[in-house]
Amino acid sequence: MDITATGLTAERLSNLRRLEAESIHIIREVAAEFRNPVMLYSIGKDSGVMLHLAMKAFYPSKPPFPLLHVDTTWKFRDMITFRDETAKRLGLDLLVHTNPEGLEKGIGPFSHGSSVHTHIMKTEALKQALDEYGFDAAFGGARRDEEKSRAKERVFSFRNASHGWDPKNQRPELWNVYNARVAKGESIRAFPLSNWTELDIWQYILTENIPMVPLYLAAKRPVVERDGMLMMVDDERMEIQPGEEVMEKMVRFRTLGCYPLTGAIESDADTLEAIVKEMLIARTSERSGRLIDHDDSASMEKKKREGYF
Amino acid sequence: MSSTDTSTATSTAPQEAVTDYILAQEQKDQLRFLTCGSVDDGKSTLIGRLLFDTKLIFEDQLASLEKDSRKHGTVGEDIDLALLVDGLEAEREQGITIDVAYRFFATDKRKFIVADTPGHEQYTRNMATGASTADLAVLLVDARHGLMVQTRRHAFIASLLGIRHVVLAVNKIDLVDFSEERFNEIKSDFETFAAGFDFESLEAIPMSARYGDNVTGRSEKMGWYNGPTLLEHLEGVQIGEHELAQPFRLPVQWVNRPNLDFRGYSGTIAAGSVQVGDELVVSASGKTSKVDQILTPQGEARLARAGEAVTITLEDEIDISRGDLLAAAGSRPDVADQMAAHLIWMAEDALMPGRSYIMKMGAKTVTATVTEIKHKINVNSFEHVAGKQLELNEIAFCNLALAAPVAFDPYEANRTTGSFILIDRVTNATVGAGMVWFALRRATNIHWQALEVDKTARADSLGQKPAVLWFTGLSGSGKSTIASIVEKKLHLEGRHTYTLDGDNVRHGLNKDLGFTDVDRVENIRRVGEVARLFADAGLITLVSFISPFRAERQLAREMVGEGEFIEVFVDTPIEECKKRDPKGLYAKAEAGEIKNFTGIDSPYEAPEDPELVLNNVGKDPEDVAEEVIRYLRANNYLLSPSLVSGGGGI
Ligand SMILES: Nc1nc2c(ncn2[C@@H]2O[C@H](COP(=O)(O)OP(=O)(O)O)[C@@H](O)[C@H]2O)c(=O)[nH]1
Repeated sequence: MDITATGLTAERLSNLRRLEAESIHIIREVAAEFRNPVMLYSIGKDSGVMLHLAMKAFYPSKPPFPLLHVDTTWKFRDMITFRDETAKRLGLDLLVHTNPEGLEKGIGPFSHGSSVHTHIMKTEALKQALDEYGFDAAFGGARRDEEKSRAKERVFSFRNASHGWDPKNQRPELWNVYNARVAKGESIRAFPLSNWTELDIWQYILTENIPMVPLYLAAKRPVVERDGMLMMVDDERMEIQPGEEVMEKMVRFRTLGCYPLTGAIESDADTLEAIVKEMLIARTSERSGRLIDHDDSASMEKKKREGYF
Repeated sequence: MSSTDTSTATSTAPQEAVTDYILAQEQKDQLRFLTCGSVDDGKSTLIGRLLFDTKLIFEDQLASLEKDSRKHGTVGEDIDLALLVDGLEAEREQGITIDVAYRFFATDKRKFIVADTPGHEQYTRNMATGASTADLAVLLVDARHGLMVQTRRHAFIASLLGIRHVVLAVNKIDLVDFSEERFNEIKSDFETFAAGFDFESLEAIPMSARYGDNVTGRSEKMGWYNGPTLLEHLEGVQIGEHELAQPFRLPVQWVNRPNLDFRGYSGTIAAGSVQVGDELVVSASGKTSKVDQILTPQGEARLARAGEAVTITLEDEIDISRGDLLAAAGSRPDVADQMAAHLIWMAEDALMPGRSYIMKMGAKTVTATVTEIKHKINVNSFEHVAGKQLELNEIAFCNLALAAPVAFDPYEANRTTGSFILIDRVTNATVGAGMVWFALRRATNIHWQALEVDKTARADSLGQKPAVLWFTGLSGSGKSTIASIVEKKLHLEGRHTYTLDGDNVRHGLNKDLGFTDVDRVENIRRVGEVARLFADAGLITLVSFISPFRAERQLAREMVGEGEFIEVFVDTPIEECKKRDPKGLYAKAEAGEIKNFTGIDSPYEAPEDPELVLNNVGKDPEDVAEEVIRYLRANNYLLSPSLVSGGGGI
């Protein structure tokens, strides 16, 4: 075959195009092999990229699975607005689950502390939702470069009937052939973004113009300083303590989660380009002492074994 | 991320500079490589060094875009780089590496994905896993110890899994005083040993992972070394798109049917490229159609190529489902229910021949059994050993039987369409990984009914019409030259051919014959008989023989059979042949040194009614050979394979 004559060069696909193709392949494989898959949608940038890829994978059809958001009820209001708009804009089926017992007991980060809150409203809530709907596969937007226990996790990560991960007993994963077989009650967590790095994610968002929650962009927002962290006053559940003062500051968020657990950073970066630049350059000052963080990764490994995503 | 970091970017650098920089990086490509070495060779240190140094380089580049360019202080020598790639808690508790880890780093030119695999023999399965997606392997050795048994094992597994590029990282060179001699010794040992593997590139690099020499930066202590640093080599090594040069293959993953007007077939192109209008075949059914539309992640396209995840629509409504393979109609894959393959066993429970497993090959799932272990391969010595069953981490060459035919290519040609995994039916664990070598029994629709394998059946299975092209003419007339070009042209078209010429036959089959007339007759009779057998086997056979006597050529014609015997007279005048005299034979004959030489003291009887007469005086042999091809085409010897027997022959 004369390749040049057809306008093809012998050049390889670029990094982003290879990653994109690999992710689409994984997403299609899950959709084809599982009875009842779901895509976990956490509203952040990785979820945004994953969803964008799912739309491409099945175009002109819609993705053949619903989105699931585990709502702790403490997410930023902007996140919830963005979530609902996204589902509507794309015409997708969005499931929202909140742990009903947690809700009844009034579990929250202010009253119960972050670890109880996260366990009950996130980890347990997720397991409930997966069991309740009988999902046999769930997509997650995690990347292998995020933390150490992920570096060894499979693209198709097997979970036993109680959602546990056994790092010593993982299935070998060769080529792009994925073993999708599970017994009743067992499931697979599938990670289409496994081989993306944070820089890849931002490059892709920029080149593909993927919409993001405005909280990533700097704007004037009401914040108080608490425990060395700038906390946004997102609703009336946040009590202003004596000595605290609500300030209007130009801030943005690097990660998005429950607002009482997510610190803002002061910044003027109000475009995607500016954020990327700031994010990449800020790293240099951050390096000392943060090179390795044993405690974080070990505890993540532990959480995962217990069924955390 | 640090939540206490309240730094504001106070840069005055133009926004666009950074944006452009980021976007420019979109064009960089990706290299996946595997690192393997034994415990303490310095693998973790090396990977840590690569991750750490490239991050510094990257950040320096970004920082230099800032107005007040910041430079980083030198890295403390005492940072333990190995900690950067520290393993799971479960591993730390046991002090071992149990699994493949994937690491990432990038430079301006490439993004790298590193499969970091443990090196012990009991981790062959992990190494194979890492190797399955890698373009290149970095094999580590300790300069003090040189090549070890495991180096051989690593090279073997890399080669078995289809890796074509290898780097020999001769580490800890600081501990042998940066000795050039020691390096050269190890390098030449390795080159000798690796010559048996078909690696496309092989680069030995002396380095010290611990101190950084020749990893990302050039060493000042090895002035004698003028090859690339490891990073330079990784950035620059040309990884050819092997898959791109192969015929088009698309394993169908998903049938996309949003409405009655659209029916698309989605999958990742495993080989070659495809354009709107190309004719494709569904390999299992043999049905063909043309490409109507190609949808890529970037939108509708006229063309797509290996590696892209596409959706294709066809002009005709034909039955295609997940697991089918769409292929170039002119170049079909094998379809068979029996195959020979290399198998790597990955489970504690041994492989039992005769036991049934689930085979997943691309998007196809089928039941399979290993019918026979032909031999096991000792991964250290490469010796073949007999075996009744296959244990964890062992490799064997096996025959497999499947419950239904599947379409595939040999692994050597295509890592995607030639690979499979085996899954245990009870535990659902992935227990084996296989690389197909060849089909043991072709399964085409026509051949199901064919009870007897006859000449037609054989020719059909090759997708061609058998023929014997009999080139006759004086010594030096150009028979062999033309025949060999014709054979090349036929071969390029995918025809199965063989050439018999005076030289190859005289040295073997007919080495007992001389040049007397009696011997000449017997010579032709034997060659005629062999040509007949080859035609019977379905081949297009080219005979290039002076064959001076009409009667013997007639004999050959009768043996082969009318319609398959094509007499080609290469009509070069004797004067011209004498002038050419490529082997100096005419001169010798005229000097009486050779007896019974055709044209000198033995007659040449020109054909009276040959199928084709070629006159090559003053012509380009290519053009003359093309005349032969034109003749074959005009007389229906080169029909497209599917028309040979009027069915979907493969
Ligand atoms: N002198 C010297 N020591 C090295 C070099 N590379 C690694 N080491 C040391 O060798 C030991 C084993 O290295 P490590 O990276 O953990 O080996 P691994 O088991 O292959 O991952 C450590 O003490 C390293 O500091 C080198 O180039 N020179």
